[in-house]
Amino acid sequence: MSFVMIFRIAFKALSRNKLRTALTMLGMIIGVGAVITMVALGNGAQDAIDSQIQSAGTNMIQVSAGNFAAQGVRQGQGAASTLVPEDAAAIAEVEGVQYVAPASNTRGQMIAGNLNWNAQVQGTDVDFPLIRAWPTQMGAFFTPQDVATAAKVVVLGATVRDQLFGPDVDPIGQVMRIGSHPFTVVGVMAVKGQSSVGQDQDDTVFVPYSTVMKKMRNITFVQQITVSAASATDTSGTADRIAAMLRVRHKIQTGDPDDFMVRTMDEIAAVRKETTQTMTALLSGIAGVSLLVGGIGIMNIMLVSVTERTREIGLRMAIGARGRDVLLQFLVEAVVLSLVGGIVGIALGYGLSQGLTAWRQWPTSISADAVVVAFGFAAATGVFFGFYPARKAAALDPIEALRFE
Amino acid sequence: MSTVISVKSLVKTYVVGEVEVHALRGVNLEVQRGEFLAVTGPSGSGKSTFMHIIGCLDRPTSGQYFLDDQDVSRMSKDELAAVRNTKIGFVFQGFNLLSRTTAIDNVELPLLYSGKPMKGAARHKRAMDVLQLVGLGDRADHHPNQLSGGQQQRVAIARALIKDPSILLADEPTGNLDTKTSIEVMGIFQHLNREQGITVVLITHEHDIAEYGTRIVSFRDGKVVADKLVTRRRLAQDELAALPVASAV
Repeated sequence: MSFVMIFRIAFKALSRNKLRTALTMLGMIIGVGAVITMVALGNGAQDAIDSQIQSAGTNMIQVSAGNFAAQGVRQGQGAASTLVPEDAAAIAEVEGVQYVAPASNTRGQMIAGNLNWNAQVQGTDVDFPLIRAWPTQMGAFFTPQDVATAAKVVVLGATVRDQLFGPDVDPIGQVMRIGSHPFTVVGVMAVKGQSSVGQDQDDTVFVPYSTVMKKMRNITFVQQITVSAASATDTSGTADRIAAMLRVRHKIQTGDPDDFMVRTMDEIAAVRKETTQTMTALLSGIAGVSLLVGGIGIMNIMLVSVTERTREIGLRMAIGARGRDVLLQFLVEAVVLSLVGGIVGIALGYGLSQGLTAWRQWPTSISADAVVVAFGFAAATGVFFGFYPARKAAALDPIEALRFE
Repeated sequence: MSTVISVKSLVKTYVVGEVEVHALRGVNLEVQRGEFLAVTGPSGSGKSTFMHIIGCLDRPTSGQYFLDDQDVSRMSKDELAAVRNTKIGFVFQGFNLLSRTTAIDNVELPLLYSGKPMKGAARHKRAMDVLQLVGLGDRADHHPNQLSGGQQQRVAIARALIKDPSILLADEPTGNLDTKTSIEVMGIFQHLNREQGITVVLITHEHDIAEYGTRIVSFRDGKVVADKLVTRRRLAQDELAALPVASAV
């Protein structure tokens, strides 16, 4: 019997009981749809991280105070006081370094007129817009002079501007308060949008790091120094030279651990990617369970179908069907169930992913790989769970089968 | 006349639990082409077992069975399936039509299991021909549940004829039918036997149904106890004409 014929017979048999066929397929549809959606979400997050790293610049290096790997009493990142502005000045002299910006952050209640808002205050340096490739849309970033004098000037993120002054309002020259300190608005950053983890990057303000240190927090250290290497290919070499220089500056003996951490964007990306991958694997695993349940549903229905159609099987055998023909017929029925379910599931997964992107702004990305794998998995599920019922049908004795009531 | 069926010292023994059941204890029989053989006997006489072996659904424990001079008693399951497909046309008591499938699709079914597949159009034409042969050409697109019992059995007969089999093997074909319909169905068998020269083997426990044949073989306890030609054969055509309301179903 030709393969086309077998598929025709399978379609005919399945269309004889449409509701049951649809319900059985539903298991596969949900399973495959869930897998596709989860993988799309995972891939989307991955892509977002990639593009964010691209936009942040692959040549970015972060130097943080303290060391996770150190022994003894350990405090959270940023609590350590080992990095000082002078370190930043020294880093600027290291070979391969292009831009340097120390960071000293805080939070504060912001008040302008009768509106107020709470946002992160990032103390940074004049090189920040260059490092992050992030220009201002109004006014200008603060100047070296402002940093040197710890001036009370502020550059607003777009969200903060919207909250305190209203959208499209030009706040340049206006005075606002952060905590109890009056600041003059000198610029507004361009809209940057969400980060890969869904954080609003525009919900922040920028002030000179020296202002945060001296006027707001009254400390002598910085939390972080952001560095931009001149060449993307020499990023890790530059990072190594910074580390070596800092060990000398901090007078760390050979064998003692660093009191700082130097990480390149690649390393940061790798950690975040790993987290995303773990999440994707976990979610896909859960989705896979529903695929398994769908497969068991197919097996269940095929077993019922074989019992119900015992006389039909007996008749087919009496008129010349071999065991192999009967086996193929039922196997193909199971595979058609799972494949059609799989195709609809892929469509459902696609729709769901698009929906999530449109509705929740979650980044999703459906790769051809995921579709092929889901399709293959659906087919394999059909074969695996269809084989036992099909073999049971093929092994029937035609005489017994014809007598079956 | 050539010999279609030739059976020599056919023995079939089942083991049910620990008990041996001797269903056939040495059966010898020959059927010539064009005969209308009726096989009768009470239940447990071995006539069903005989039918299964003749129909190549089962193999004998010992003895030989030649179908068209070919020894089929030692064939493999797949070979037997091919023999059933090409040489035997089954008609069952319960019709065994596929539900929710048109009459013509039911009739075409044996063609799907042929070694040499036919094109769709050729299959259709052949199915239409045999449906017309049993007088159902106008019901080709009806589903079994839209047909009367007699019509369903005629679809089943058409299905049995489509491969031009050597024998038409009918197992209690009138068991589910009323008297008048039974006569009609037997009329079709007689017609096919007389006009087309088709060899018919009819299994029945009803003696009056057996009398539509040309020869009656009686089974008892796994043996042939009587084998005689029918002297006063019943003719369905005449009986139908004599019925008060004579018409097709």
